[in-house]
Amino acid sequence: MTRPRIGLWLGLAVLAVLAAMAAFPGLFTGVDPDAANVNALLRPPGGGHWLGTDQNGRDLYARIVYGARPSLLIGAGAVALALVGGTLVGVAAAQLGRVADQIISRLLDVVLSVPGLLLVFLVVAVLGPGSSTATIGLAVVSLPGFARVARAEVISLRGRAYVEAAYGFGWSRPQVVLRHVLPNALGPVLALATVSLGAMIVASSSLSFVGLGPRPPTAEWGAMLAGSREFLALAWWPAAFPGAAITLAVLAITTVGRHLQRTVDGSTV
Amino acid sequence: MSTESRTPPAPAPVPSPAPDAEDGAATELVRVEDLTVGFGRGRRRVEAVRGVSFTVRRGEIVAVVGESGSGKSVTARTLVGLAGDGADVRAATLAFDGADLRRLDARRLRALRGRRIGFVLQDALGSLDPLRKVGAEVAEPLREHRTVPPAQVRDEVERLLDAAGVPDPRTRAAQYPHQLSGGLRQRALIASALAARPDLLIADEPTTALDATVQQQILRLLRARAREGTAVLLISHDLGVVGELADRIHVMKDGRFVEEGPAARILTAPRHPYTRALVAAVPGEEIRAAPAPGPELLRADGLVKRYRLPGRPGLTAVDGVSLTVRAGETLGVVGESGSGKTTVGRILMDLVAPDEGRVVFDGRTWGERTRAERRAARRRVQMIHQYPLGSFDPRYTARQLIEEPLRAARVPRAERADRVAELLGHVGLDPGVLDRRARDLSGGQRQRLAIARALAPRPDVVVCDEPVSALDASVQAQVLDVLAGVQERLGVAYVFISHDLGVVRRLSHRVAVMKDGRIVEEGTAEEIFHTPRHPYTTALLAAVPQPRRAARKRL
Repeated sequence: MTRPRIGLWLGLAVLAVLAAMAAFPGLFTGVDPDAANVNALLRPPGGGHWLGTDQNGRDLYARIVYGARPSLLIGAGAVALALVGGTLVGVAAAQLGRVADQIISRLLDVVLSVPGLLLVFLVVAVLGPGSSTATIGLAVVSLPGFARVARAEVISLRGRAYVEAAYGFGWSRPQVVLRHVLPNALGPVLALATVSLGAMIVASSSLSFVGLGPRPPTAEWGAMLAGSREFLALAWWPAAFPGAAITLAVLAITTVGRHLQRTVDGSTV
Repeated sequence: MSTESRTPPAPAPVPSPAPDAEDGAATELVRVEDLTVGFGRGRRRVEAVRGVSFTVRRGEIVAVVGESGSGKSVTARTLVGLAGDGADVRAATLAFDGADLRRLDARRLRALRGRRIGFVLQDALGSLDPLRKVGAEVAEPLREHRTVPPAQVRDEVERLLDAAGVPDPRTRAAQYPHQLSGGLRQRALIASALAARPDLLIADEPTTALDATVQQQILRLLRARAREGTAVLLISHDLGVVGELADRIHVMKDGRFVEEGPAARILTAPRHPYTRALVAAVPGEEIRAAPAPGPELLRADGLVKRYRLPGRPGLTAVDGVSLTVRAGETLGVVGESGSGKTTVGRILMDLVAPDEGRVVFDGRTWGERTRAERRAARRRVQMIHQYPLGSFDPRYTARQLIEEPLRAARVPRAERADRVAELLGHVGLDPGVLDRRARDLSGGQRQRLAIARALAPRPDVVVCDEPVSALDASVQAQVLDVLAGVQERLGVAYVFISHDLGVVRRLSHRVAVMKDGRIVEEGTAEEIFHTPRHPYTTALLAAVPQPRRAARKRL
């Protein structure tokens, strides 16, 4: 019991720091992340720059701190949209009868059959690159997963004695769904959200990496990785530190998410 | 002592200083003296068994009776070295056929378990290997201990399954446990426990999950084995089952034997107050007087419900059922599992639509009503389940559970607290439970809570589906009393569905007997219980354990 606990607390600590960076980057550094300095290009870590500088002489530490917000916000926003949308779609599929279920489920299958990244590219290509389109694109890709979990949960709850009992008290169907089905179905869906948050952050970094995320010069971890690529032979740090930031964030989120999922699974059985 | 003699031996004074006779010593198979089993250490130590002594002789059936948590199962498991991890077993004597069980190592104990001690657990699905066919399971002890020559194993397996009451044993032996019904699995398990012809059979609630007729079959099998010289240690919460079968009974409560003696004496002249309560809780032979016939409330005409099964012909669960429920009376619906009685209850409540036939409630069918009228009418037909926990939203406290139907009926907030208090009074629940969740309540409290909630919308009819089957005998009696009291005060009608005739008899004014989706006989409780006409009803009645009658015969 002790080892997973340590992991959980470390994960929570990392998440707290990242959240603080995203909310109040000014608390972590006084340096302007976008201030270029031609006299200090590709400086190695140490001296006045903790983590060194990038190809434009910008302070890497400041850019990572300021990059937390866009990097995490796209992923989080996409998960939130997918969670809400997916739950609605899933409940609709489970509650609106066999025909609606067939139509909705097959549509979800279609979305799931297209490779995720390709679909995001498609959405972004249609709507034009940027933070909000990236968020929408990622939400579209992950919505079917949420919808499927929500649908399965609702179907398994539908036959429960307490749901039947609620109909017996004279509630209408929407009332029963709101009072008993949805609250009890939400646990597994929320657990899925925490687990997929990590994947979404990686995906949003990938989008920025290929230039479909926030426009430059916005500090964003994926975009920073992309910018460092040409200079990798000269300097490892502009690639290593943003990469480490992504890895650390995803590790922390996944650890905490898995723990939440286990808790939910354990309590519903 | 000759094994065919079924006269109960004299009550052994316990702890007995010496065997009462030489022949007693010769046939004595199990001797346990001052057995204590504890779990945990220090302050968290819990003693499940506290200083228990008993003996079992060859050919004798000794029963340990108690309610869940009394320590009876732990006592039985300790004998076969399965008391569990962390169990601290202490005893002055713990002997099987003269050998000290505590000195045996794991390997010897294992040999003893299969060969000389057979063990039947209540949970048959958990005890059978899901990946092994039933025949292989029964054959294992035969091969392992070379009871019969290898060439005859197959025949012996079929014979054993047949003796345990498994119909068509050849087919069943080739099936996996999950393909068998609960009752068949239990019988297969008993066959496998008896396969090696053990000297001692320990049966822990062997018939609890079974229907009355199957139960009888198993009890007959156990009795036959005892007559052939097998010693049987029977663990049960059901004094009815035990009273019919056992030579001697030990009544266990909180880890101690509170009373012990010959079965006939315990059943007819119990001394300890707890035993008296248990005996009183055994369904008796009294019948409720029918109330003045009230107006017709709920009527079913020609209900038919079919279920389609993948790859098999459809199943007609309900096949032309008609019945009437009058205001203020109890209609008992009796039948074994699979007879369609639960489906009838669900159709009556408008939870399931029948394929044919109709249900008329308060003058109109469900289908004739508008959606809003239907919802309002549903409030007047409530339900109590066998497992109340499943009918409670896990997030709700007891208060929220009782208040929910009041909210649904738009009872003003100011009135709700009074109504909740009144409901608690009806079912005898302490207001202290209101802020707890159902899973933290005892089985009896949960069922009382379910009754209170069902009464909250002031229903005219409550469908009770096996409402006490999952409860210990004395709690069963209490819950039945609550139901009877509520009926007398509020005049609510019950449709009382159960497989247990003893329980149905206590509450019903009229009874319908169901078999294979049809009602084979219907009449007043008096008619059904005293002058049954249909052979199936007669068979059901014969299968009800009548410990007191049996005890009287033996005396």
